[in-house]
Amino acid sequence: MSLIVFVSVYAIGDPVEILVSPQATIKEIEQTRVALGLDQPLWWQYLLFLGHALQGDLGRSFIFHQPALSLVFSRFGATLELALSALLLSTMLGIALGLVAALRVGDWVGRTIMAASIAGLSLPTFWVGTLLVMFFGIWLGWLPAIGRGEVATFLGITSSLFTRDGLAHVILPASTLALGNTALIIRLTRSGAVEALQSDYVRFARAKGLSPTRIVGVHVLKSVLIPLTTIVGLEFGGLVAFSVVTETIYAWPGMGKLIVDSIAVLDRPVIVAYLMMVALLFVVINLVVDLLYRALDPRVGPHT
Amino acid sequence: MSDDVPTLELRDLHTDFDTRAGVLRAVDGVTLSVGRGEVLGLVGESGSGKSVTGFSIIGLIDPPGRVSSGSIKFQGRELVGLPEPELRRLRGRHIAMIFQDPMMTLNPVLRIDTQMTETIQAHERVSTAEARRRSRDALGQVGIPSPEERLSAYPHQFSGGMRQRVAIAIALLHNPALIIADEPTTALDVTIQAQILAVVQKLASERGTSLLWITHDLSVVAGLADRIAVMYAGRIVESGSVDAVLDHPMHHYTRGLIGSVPSRNQRGHKLVQIPGMTPSPLNRPAGCAFRTRCPAADSACEVEPELIVPVPGRELRCFHPAPDALVAA
Repeated sequence: MSLIVFVSVYAIGDPVEILVSPQATIKEIEQTRVALGLDQPLWWQYLLFLGHALQGDLGRSFIFHQPALSLVFSRFGATLELALSALLLSTMLGIALGLVAALRVGDWVGRTIMAASIAGLSLPTFWVGTLLVMFFGIWLGWLPAIGRGEVATFLGITSSLFTRDGLAHVILPASTLALGNTALIIRLTRSGAVEALQSDYVRFARAKGLSPTRIVGVHVLKSVLIPLTTIVGLEFGGLVAFSVVTETIYAWPGMGKLIVDSIAVLDRPVIVAYLMMVALLFVVINLVVDLLYRALDPRVGPHT
Repeated sequence: MSDDVPTLELRDLHTDFDTRAGVLRAVDGVTLSVGRGEVLGLVGESGSGKSVTGFSIIGLIDPPGRVSSGSIKFQGRELVGLPEPELRRLRGRHIAMIFQDPMMTLNPVLRIDTQMTETIQAHERVSTAEARRRSRDALGQVGIPSPEERLSAYPHQFSGGMRQRVAIAIALLHNPALIIADEPTTALDVTIQAQILAVVQKLASERGTSLLWITHDLSVVAGLADRIAVMYAGRIVESGSVDAVLDHPMHHYTRGLIGSVPSRNQRGHKLVQIPGMTPSPLNRPAGCAFRTRCPAADSACEVEPELIVPVPGRELRCFHPAPDALVAA
């Protein structure tokens, strides 16, 4: 992983040409190159990087002259709160609408939800985002269009989700980010629930005299949650990693914005640190999903 | 409640399914009754409408199906047209149902205790601890060893036979007046079948529970039922006490069914079968639905035969009952 990233970032271009001022002499350019260690052969640069990486040092940003990892970390909170808000929004909305669509298969309610979910899947984020900014942020002026709101610290966590202003700021970007995900969850929930509703165990549950609320809320929902967990987990990784577009539209000071800016100036250590972080995140998420799976599905795990 | 009110009484029940190809009449005028503590075996081949009859009684016919006419009386109370919440209060409490495939009827992701206590708490306000205690006792009664531990298990940790015992325990939780059993032993192997039959027979007779036992297996009915009703193409063609019907079948369909059971005497001979297939409910022959397969059919059978009482205690829907059976009866 680190090798692929390292080599491909190397292949993008020479950062020195961007870093130095246009009036710089050849000597100055060489000095910069030596100072950054870019005069060394690629394999040696990689080995140096690995050696330092093992000690928790992913290098310093060429631009900010700060350790790349702590730079990425400083933006991580903002991205995480955006991704978590989007995840919460899309699971709650997606499961609720998906269940309704499953219960109303064939009538206009079910059809409307399904049509909306197709739109949600196919509309590109950048377009929807811009539209939302124009509509709610500018024309109606209900919600702040860009940036992150006030932050507050609660239980040692600093987040804008703890203030009114912060929440107002997070609504639009979180909705934009959640859109595709919500549509996906609606469709998954619906197909799972339709299948469960036709199963013998739901029929048996009805024959037991259970209320429809209990049947849908316990019997159907629990069967649906199992396949959904895998997808939602993977999608969460996607939300964090690919919030790039959303963060750019809303000028959200998160990792996605940082990586776009860093790529523009070929700030290699930051790019590498970011990608390593994302890779690690996916590993962690997969682990969490597997653990959740065990908690949800009794057929997984050691038999007693 | 007086003894002369039957637990279940169906009168001219019709259940239809609206399909693109037309109205599919799955149950076509079924009339039957099950007395208190009585076991009625409802026998017929696949597609005869016997399961749909069972689901009609408990009100679990989903659109596009509907009970289109007729009456279902449970302990003298009319169930057709009863609003859903009323029906729900009956289901599981006064009328219980056991299904065919025990591998499918229990929810795989919920523990046994959840699936049992919810049945109790759907009908009675009792504490979870009390509901759990009663569930444990019910598991013990159907012969599940160490019921306390098994309560916390999941369905996949049980064998098919054990799962059907759990389903029976759930059906018995509220001491229902009627249990509708839809081929509950069909998916089990023979030794397990015998065990399940013994459990149900014992518990039902101890409690005076009426049973409507739906099956295609005549040997099951022979050992279990008091009376038998034979169903063909949505209608009851013959009914009477088990011994009378099995020993002296009058309807040629019943004869065919009994003749199709392989036995040792037939070794070396070709197995007997009823020629042809069950007609699709969309194009049943006019008149007697069996006439296209019947050896005794003639032009008289093109008119629908009425239900007659050839001898006391027997009912029959046929113009040409088997003569030897009439003599014997």
